[in-house]
Amino acid sequence: MNISSILFYAISALILGAGILAVTSVKIFRAAIWLLFSLVGIAALYFWMQVEFIAAIQIVVYVGGIVVLIIFSIFLTQNSGKEMNSPALSKKIFSALAALFGTAFVHNLIVHYEGFAFNSAKPFNPNVAEIGTQMLSTTSHGFILPFEVVSMLLLAAMVGCIVIAMRPAISTSESNTLNNKD
Amino acid sequence: MSNYLYILWIPLLPLATFVLLGLFGRKYLSGIAGIIGTASLLTSTILSFVAAKQYFFVDGKVNGVFQKIVALKYTWLEFSPNVSIDLGIIVDPISVMMLVVVTSVSLMVHVFSLGYMKGEERFATYYAFLSLFTFSMLGLILSANIFQVYMFWELVGVSSFLLISYYFNKPSAVAASKKAFIVTRFADLGFLIGILILGFYGGTLDIGLLIERFTSVHSTQFLSITSASFLGASMLTWGLVLVFMGGAGKSAMFPLHIWLPDAMEGPTPVSALIHAATMVVAGVYLVARMFPVFSMDESALNIVTYVGAASALFAAVIACTQTDIKRVLAYSTMSQIGYMMFALGISKNGGENGLGYMASMFHLFTHAFFKSLLFLGAGSVIHMVHSNEMKDMGGLRKLMPITHIAFLIACLAIAGIPPFAGFFSKEEILTAAFHENKIVYGIALFTAALTSFYMFRLYFNIFWSKEAPVAAHGHDDNGHESHGEGPWVMKLPLLILAACAVGVGFIPFSQFVTSDGAALETHVDVVFSIAPVVLSVLAILLATSFYKNQNGKSDKVAAAFGGFYTAAYKKFYVDEVYIFITKKIIFPFIGQPIAWADKNIVDGFMQLLAKTTSKISELIKGLQSGKVQNYAMYFFGGVAVLSILFIHIWK
Amino acid sequence: MQEIPLSQILFVSTALFFIGMYGLFTRRNLITMLMSIELMLNSVNINFVAFNKYLFPDNLDGLFFTLFIITIAAAEAAVAIAIIINLYRSHHSIDVEDATEMKY
Repeated sequence: MNISSILFYAISALILGAGILAVTSVKIFRAAIWLLFSLVGIAALYFWMQVEFIAAIQIVVYVGGIVVLIIFSIFLTQNSGKEMNSPALSKKIFSALAALFGTAFVHNLIVHYEGFAFNSAKPFNPNVAEIGTQMLSTTSHGFILPFEVVSMLLLAAMVGCIVIAMRPAISTSESNTLNNKD
Repeated sequence: MSNYLYILWIPLLPLATFVLLGLFGRKYLSGIAGIIGTASLLTSTILSFVAAKQYFFVDGKVNGVFQKIVALKYTWLEFSPNVSIDLGIIVDPISVMMLVVVTSVSLMVHVFSLGYMKGEERFATYYAFLSLFTFSMLGLILSANIFQVYMFWELVGVSSFLLISYYFNKPSAVAASKKAFIVTRFADLGFLIGILILGFYGGTLDIGLLIERFTSVHSTQFLSITSASFLGASMLTWGLVLVFMGGAGKSAMFPLHIWLPDAMEGPTPVSALIHAATMVVAGVYLVARMFPVFSMDESALNIVTYVGAASALFAAVIACTQTDIKRVLAYSTMSQIGYMMFALGISKNGGENGLGYMASMFHLFTHAFFKSLLFLGAGSVIHMVHSNEMKDMGGLRKLMPITHIAFLIACLAIAGIPPFAGFFSKEEILTAAFHENKIVYGIALFTAALTSFYMFRLYFNIFWSKEAPVAAHGHDDNGHESHGEGPWVMKLPLLILAACAVGVGFIPFSQFVTSDGAALETHVDVVFSIAPVVLSVLAILLATSFYKNQNGKSDKVAAAFGGFYTAAYKKFYVDEVYIFITKKIIFPFIGQPIAWADKNIVDGFMQLLAKTTSKISELIKGLQSGKVQNYAMYFFGGVAVLSILFIHIWK
Repeated sequence: MQEIPLSQILFVSTALFFIGMYGLFTRRNLITMLMSIELMLNSVNINFVAFNKYLFPDNLDGLFFTLFIITIAAAEAAVAIAIIINLYRSHHSIDVEDATEMKY
């Protein structure tokens, strides 16, 4: 039990604990904050695995982007201090059992699988320049085409978001009254 | 071979008229609809006379034999390389002869209707229907393919239906049209099956090819159709009998004749055209068209003979008792068509033995003129007295001299008194019958006498009998003036047709229309003619003594015949038998079980399907709850099941 | 750090995934459901990175996949929130049980 292992268990505990609280907290704003902690924990796990670039991305995009977006949307739509409607108890129990079953099932698979060929001889510590060059290369293991495709996707998502969230230009009387109430 | 394509215009002109009048007639052309119809038909008539002249006198004859010319052939529906439904035009002696008959009678009727139907509300519709009928009939005549015959056959039936029910606000007319339609449709079912049998074994639907294949004794088609048998008769017999059944339905042969007397509900000119001169002889024409095939099968010909002879006698007896003048004429028509039928039945194909065929066609030709003359004359009478019943008539000879003369000529013609047209054709038939079959000859002779009797009964009842008709008919209840014989358009056709009834007998018909196309030498044997003519004259004298004045003799004779007279007056209860069979046997024993089965089994099955479907959907529609989380659960459940399936069970 | 075997990291990601699934099933608020989905996506990311690190240190494919998933998750979150806001406008609620028009 060295320091690295302790660190791993601590990080794992943070991720899972914050995750459980994020999905069970009755106040939505607290749930969002617990999600934030869980995501930070995952970033920490990436640091622990020495992939700093991914960790940085995780923090920038998730913590700095998505969680902030979620919190904004909570403010837009919700009274943040209010307790949320609780689901039926039977549904909770059923979902918990299903989740436990799934975890046990997959865990069972992992434990009994012998085929992981550990290749621990080589250290895995890519720097950012390597990642960038490899990603935009056209050789094998180059990802220029998915990169371009994903850029198109982002553009489409941006346009789509604007169109969906935009108030209708010619609003009917009903939606007018709705908007006024807002 | 010269070009006969212009014949195409003969049926197409009436079709164009039908479309024009049918679409625009009532609104825009009601004033001139009659003129348009008559003009277009006049063109058709001229064309058909041109065609007849060209065919019979210029180039139809090759080596002394009239050729069968296919003027147009257009493959329409091809089922397989050999079997197709073609649309074609066939030009041979009988089709050209029929062209002339149909167009000229139709023209006379068109002209007559100008006066007779004047002032009718649906005047244009009437002419549209007449044109449709003329088109269909001409198409039927010119058909080169037996399926084409069938199509026009049905079209003729439809236009007949439309014209019978022309007065559609009269319940009896509606009932009559339905009866005519259903009875002939029933017969047409047989016709269709017959066509399919012949087409199946013959491998073609083309009439020329069918004849070619079935008349050579060694062809494979002939061998296969004669060797196949069903219920003890060869398929050839079945096919021909079924085809004849269709013909019998259209031609009102016993026992499918019941629609014809009722069809007299239609306007009288229509009766003259359709139910006397043209459509009802379609059956005869059909048998004549297929005659070479018929001649290969003795039993089919025998059926034709005896059905024809029985109808001739049967109808003549009934005609003696009827009091509705149009019904008398209807039964007389049926009787005369019976003549044509048995004349065909006793005939052989080709040469001297083909006398019956030629006689039948000759009688068809002459009959068309004098029978349409009779009907148009009756139309004139009805137009004047507004009644169909004999008791409302009498003594009309002074009031309508032209009609009187024309009607007398027609009566003499149908009675077979020389030198009128009927004499020549009937003489040929009797000669043929005498040589082939003595029983039929006897029936024919007796029927000829009966014919004279009932025709003159009709004649005297209309034009003599009572006196002083002016007081009775000068003013009717509505007080409008008697309109005499009607306008010249009604008299002119009578005169023309009367001239034809006198004249057409002198046409040397045997030179033109024979079974094999070669001219046939016939001669009127004076000695042979004595018997029928004397019989006819005797019958006329008898009718004169009974009916010239109201002397009660006829009632005594009727009373002497007693039950037989009543039976004949009631048309031998054939209608009642039909009603009994349909209402007492077919409806309760066949119709009701089928209706029950349809309602409970067929519908029940469908409703079971529908109910099961709706029950199941009621059960499972809860799955489609609209709740996203439930869908997510189904999805993960499916993933879990598939994982377990593939990882643990199905390795 | 080599004392920690791959299977333990995989266990963490599995547990996180099913925590996300639990949230997806039980939460009735659309925003919290979206948060659950983010958790599930992150568990997948952990897997990619761990496999890359432990099994194929010569390649960078796992990292690239993680990057793409993050990108797509960002786009998805943006679109989802746009939809949620639109739904809130029309229904005055973002409770998933209130949006059941698409049923039988």
